[in-house]
Amino acid sequence: MSRKPYLRKMPKSWWLAQRRYTSYMAREMSCVFIGAYSVLIVLGLYRLSQGRAEYGAFLEALQSPPSLVFHAAALVFALIHTVSWFSLAPKAMPLQIGEKKLSGGPVVLAHYAVWVVVSAGVLLVARI
Amino acid sequence: MTEQTLQVEILRYRPETDQDPAFQTYTVPYRDDWVILDALNHIKDNIDRTLSYRWSCHMAVCGSCGMMINGEPKLSCHAFLRDYYPNKVRIEPLANFPIERDLVAVTDDFMEKLESVKPYVIPKQERAVDDGPHLQTPAQLNAFKQYTMCINCLLCYAACPQYGLTPNFVGPAALALAHRYNLDTRDAGREQRQEIAASNEGVWDCTFVGECSQVCPKSVDPAAAIQQTKIASTIDWYKALLNPWGKR
Repeated sequence: MSRKPYLRKMPKSWWLAQRRYTSYMAREMSCVFIGAYSVLIVLGLYRLSQGRAEYGAFLEALQSPPSLVFHAAALVFALIHTVSWFSLAPKAMPLQIGEKKLSGGPVVLAHYAVWVVVSAGVLLVARI
Repeated sequence: MTEQTLQVEILRYRPETDQDPAFQTYTVPYRDDWVILDALNHIKDNIDRTLSYRWSCHMAVCGSCGMMINGEPKLSCHAFLRDYYPNKVRIEPLANFPIERDLVAVTDDFMEKLESVKPYVIPKQERAVDDGPHLQTPAQLNAFKQYTMCINCLLCYAACPQYGLTPNFVGPAALALAHRYNLDTRDAGREQRQEIAASNEGVWDCTFVGECSQVCPKSVDPAAAIQQTKIASTIDWYKALLNPWGKR
């Protein structure tokens, strides 16, 4: 008897079918906001190079309502990005001491610790 | 007292008569110690002998009875009716694979991919029986033991949207097994496996959805194996860049 395997198409809305798929897509989506924010910072540096007045205008534009909405969204997605990647880090960095495999807790904590230290360093440099 | 029952909706596909698969609903007795596989066996034995599905051990060892239960890949011998009762249960063949018949999926693609990563110990040099056993410490064993637990049930492939969208992707179980042998101190075949494992269709097609590890009934954690292979392959790449004359 001849075979007739049937291939089902994956629906375009597959990422809505399950909460875990949706949070994965949110993590993927976060790169758009992180990327856009990086472009914004580069733009700020460019305006700074043009002079004090141009940089002042740039800072003023940042306070417009659309800019505030963008910043709020970028903050939310940056947090999603950070928290979700930090929680996945132990998978890439398994810890084993002797025979014993350790839990991923220390790896996640180390990531948060480095985050705090780097943020504090940036704030310190910004104040000088 | 009337008998408690549960409705089971099964995706049927009989290639000789059906153009497309369609759901068919059966009513089975509800027992709190029954798993989905018991319900399927009840249907096969008492209601409809034409229903096709794979199973063998009934104890989550053989890896044959994987299917989609309410949209989630599960071993049907490992999913209790009591976790669904009194709601209707929807059963489909494993997602991302073609359907051979009813709940039977075509798994040839996986078999070819598994073979391509050479999932066996490739020793540096052949050992004679007289050389004695190749000893390994418990620490060396524990480095890869979890990956040996894979039963090739393919739940991870059914859970992986990347495999569904990019059928050339080697996929979670095959890459986890490649990693398992790469970590084995008796093995020297990593370079041969890297041809497939470190290619675009290998670990680099993985976008770390992580769902493979969530659905694995044996806690193999293929997502971890793939990320570790990515790191090792990246280190290889940098080594080759910094020292093009060195041994790969």
